[in-house]
Amino acid sequence: MDYTIIVVIEILRAISWLVLLAAGLGIIFGMMRVINFAHGEFLMLGGYTVIMSTKAGVNIWFAMLVLAPLCVGLFGVLVERLVIRFLYGRILDSLLATWGLSLLMIGGVTLIFGNTVEGVSTPLGAVDIGAYSIPAYNFVLIFFAALFMVAIWGVMKFTRAGLIARATMQNPAMAEALGIRTTWVYMATFGIGSAVTGLAGGLLAPLTGVVPTMGVNFVGQSFITVITGGASMIAGTLSASTLLGSISQGMTILTGPVYGDAALLLAALVLLRLLPQGITGRIFTRSL
Amino acid sequence: MEKPVAKDPGFYIMVLIGLLIMFGAPIWFDLFAIMQVTQYVVLSVYALSLAYIWGFGGILSFGQSCFFGLGAYTFAVSSINIGETTFPFILSFVLPAAFGAALGYFMFYGRLSDVYLGVVTMVVTLIFWKIINHTAGPEYSIGDARLGGFNGIPSIPILNMPGDPDAWLDPAQMFKFFMFLLIVVYIGLRVLIASDFGRVSVGIRENETRSSLLGYDVRRHKVIIFAIGSGIAGMAGAMWATYQTFIDPNAFSLEMSAKALIWVMAGGVGTLAGPILGVILLQWLSLKLGTLQFLNNFVILGAILMVLVLALPRGLVPSVKHWALTGWEMFRRRERAAPPAKEVTSDV
Amino acid sequence: MTKLSRRRFLQSSAAVAAGSVALPFAGLAQDDAILVGGLHDLSGGLDTSGIPMSQIFELALKEINDTGGLLGRQVKPVIYDPQSNMSLYSQYATQLALKDKVAVVHGGITSASRETIRPIFHRFKTLYFYNTLYEGGVCDRNEITLGTTPAQTVEKLIPYVMNLWGKKVYTVAADYNYGHITAAWFKRYVEENGGEVVETEFFPLDVTQFGSTIAKIQAAAPDIVLSAMVGTGHFGFYRQWAAAGMKSRIPMASTTFGAGGSEPIIMTPEEGDGIITSFGYYPTIDTPANIAWKEKIAAAYPSNTPVLSELAEVTWEGVMIWADAVREAGTLDREPILEVLESGKTYDMPAGKVSIDPLTHHAIRDVYIADLKDHEFIIKEKYEQVPPADTQMVCNLEEDPDANVHHEISLN
Repeated sequence: MDYTIIVVIEILRAISWLVLLAAGLGIIFGMMRVINFAHGEFLMLGGYTVIMSTKAGVNIWFAMLVLAPLCVGLFGVLVERLVIRFLYGRILDSLLATWGLSLLMIGGVTLIFGNTVEGVSTPLGAVDIGAYSIPAYNFVLIFFAALFMVAIWGVMKFTRAGLIARATMQNPAMAEALGIRTTWVYMATFGIGSAVTGLAGGLLAPLTGVVPTMGVNFVGQSFITVITGGASMIAGTLSASTLLGSISQGMTILTGPVYGDAALLLAALVLLRLLPQGITGRIFTRSL
Repeated sequence: MEKPVAKDPGFYIMVLIGLLIMFGAPIWFDLFAIMQVTQYVVLSVYALSLAYIWGFGGILSFGQSCFFGLGAYTFAVSSINIGETTFPFILSFVLPAAFGAALGYFMFYGRLSDVYLGVVTMVVTLIFWKIINHTAGPEYSIGDARLGGFNGIPSIPILNMPGDPDAWLDPAQMFKFFMFLLIVVYIGLRVLIASDFGRVSVGIRENETRSSLLGYDVRRHKVIIFAIGSGIAGMAGAMWATYQTFIDPNAFSLEMSAKALIWVMAGGVGTLAGPILGVILLQWLSLKLGTLQFLNNFVILGAILMVLVLALPRGLVPSVKHWALTGWEMFRRRERAAPPAKEVTSDV
Repeated sequence: MTKLSRRRFLQSSAAVAAGSVALPFAGLAQDDAILVGGLHDLSGGLDTSGIPMSQIFELALKEINDTGGLLGRQVKPVIYDPQSNMSLYSQYATQLALKDKVAVVHGGITSASRETIRPIFHRFKTLYFYNTLYEGGVCDRNEITLGTTPAQTVEKLIPYVMNLWGKKVYTVAADYNYGHITAAWFKRYVEENGGEVVETEFFPLDVTQFGSTIAKIQAAAPDIVLSAMVGTGHFGFYRQWAAAGMKSRIPMASTTFGAGGSEPIIMTPEEGDGIITSFGYYPTIDTPANIAWKEKIAAAYPSNTPVLSELAEVTWEGVMIWADAVREAGTLDREPILEVLESGKTYDMPAGKVSIDPLTHHAIRDVYIADLKDHEFIIKEKYEQVPPADTQMVCNLEEDPDANVHHEISLN
């Protein structure tokens, strides 16, 4: 019985993990059709922000929830102004440029902070469930993944900013004609997408070793989740994370991590063959 | 517009340069330089495979390394087992081409397009990469060849003369043979692009709907293009394996796929000469950087890539061509009033 | 014989090259210095290990120069950065052998990189020192391997921790050759000591989530967890293990944790303390030789002091042992140097006594067991002159001096 509970929590955590990884990328890709290949390095930057600021004595929760998104968000705005804004509509050039950016960030962080910095341990300690004990932090992940989704949905649905964003996404020319500065919308979107990624990176920091090259471990999963999800940011990310997360985690528990990963990839492949535009290209098409 | 090959001076210049290097290099350069150039030749063949399917078929593959790796491992496993390299070399073209046809059928008949196509190719590559990385244990062997997982397969045979397994090619011979293959691939692709088939594929690239309304079977066409590109990539993989006498799962990596994209993009999509230049330039750069102790190599390489995209959005060869034409037009205009330079679709 | 023809070939081709088109690969200026090649990853994923190794490599050469050079000449490093990229490894190896014509090459970190460059140096007869711990099994007279192999460390670690904690073992290991072979040695020694391995799980190097495994381990309830996890992704294992509160319940031992020196720093004391490891060198070795050596390093690199680990220390050994052999042989020719190296000399190094087993060209060396506390390894035990028993099973260079292979050591 308690093992079943553990399994359910593990699957939920795997789903949340994918949601966190993919949310920022989903915003940027979904709204702007820009492939941010440096996504993994944005996560890394969020992680480094947390490590460096806790080292300087900042409270870890403040670092994770405020500083990480703030720093990475600002960095994102900077990148958008300097590089990305010249590349809208050139999906591949953006890929190439962000590939360069990812190398630059790996090298830059190594130069500035070094590649062996003491990390932060997971806060909150462990929780006992029957004979098992799991990190209490798992619930933090699940909570924030849910919060992310609700918050993005709320902003998009009920605020004026969300309305403008949706309008720009659907028809940039028309939005511009109606007096919306689409360049600003893009800048803000990229910034927010980066901030969300930074937050995710901050939340991941106490779970992994934060080193400059850590991004590569995450980028594949993030992309597959986003693309499998399709164009809708929330429904897409959520449905893809749920599906892929439970399949891969289920397989991992049953067999081992190798087949878990393979199952995730295979499931993505089959899904894309059946639903070439991603899940939300066919189902939930009207959702956000 | 695609000019007939026979009337394009650029074509003859390229082939001439190729022949010159093929016969001249072993005389002029020392062994070390020859081995370096051989590497550029191998990777150029690989870059051409993507340059063709992307530039002239409009198929954007994020997973070209899938076929590269498949060719490399096919060659490694079969040559270790057979003890001879001619048949394995042919197999390393045929097998990836067949797999490319199958995957192409799966994708194009499923009407995948755009980014989704890119991601499917990427996912397939990742699956290969994962699986091949998982083959570390001794139970994973095909005949005499241990797949070796992350560490790869060492001691891959060097190419030998057909029919004589003991007559290994020395580095200069191997270089000549590879250069010959590069020239053959280049000529072959140029002729193919200029043929009826090639014109239809460019038509499909420009407007898929219109092409299909004109009665062309777009899907079949794309499958064929994709399979040809896959076969060439596979052959490049085999060349890589025998050149290095070693292959590891990095052949299947996203990095290897992305490198092909970068070479083609840096050199110019829709050209064949551009990607070759891209290979030489960027490979030389990363080699050169490693010999300097200055900052961190990732920083410099990353910065160069970003500047490249921003400064030369169309790629090297089309940009240079454009500047040259603009310059020429300005020069002529000074002579007599002439219309301004037009955009030229490059086809070198 | 081959040597002669190669020399002649190189001379003639070098003469041709001098008159050829200026290629971008110009060699270094030919002054009188003895060139020594260093091939360590200075950027990319392996730089945590590569940078300290390269720093120590340079320092060792400087030390040789400060103490009068070699054969009346200065030594000069030729350093290339393979950027954690195997094809660059093969190119630079060729460049060092053919273009720079270095007297010796030190370097290579992963087994994949070593197997890329080892055949190149073998083919071009350039002496090669591999200064890294690895899975064992290389049989090549041209290569001197000074790092520990699993038989040396695992053999000592297993009985030590089984005495301490119990007989039921759960193994987690990286899914590549090193992990597989280390896991196989774990199993052999656990069984030899009357214990049982209840489960062995392998993880691809890019796995970052270990929740389900940690749950599985809890279900199996072993006395000991043995880890052969490797790389940045696997840092998460130790972190999530501590987060699940497992550290106080099931103790852990490893022959990979801290191999490159970075894990003990990146892990906080709550996560790392109490993990017992075994290596051929720890910075905390309390001998005058080691203390003096560390002072030397701190003086040479005051601001960016390298992280010391077996990799860094063995790199020092490699350069010093090579220099000693050159002095004794009185020449830079490979053959006499190899003969000196095969003479069974014992060298005093910061890590303790080191000698080279002439049959395998691997090191017979002291092995330590240490317990991590507050980012520092507290040494618990020292075993003197442990032979590389695994490689000795498969390699005999006296019988087969032309061997050029990496044996897969099978324990079944």
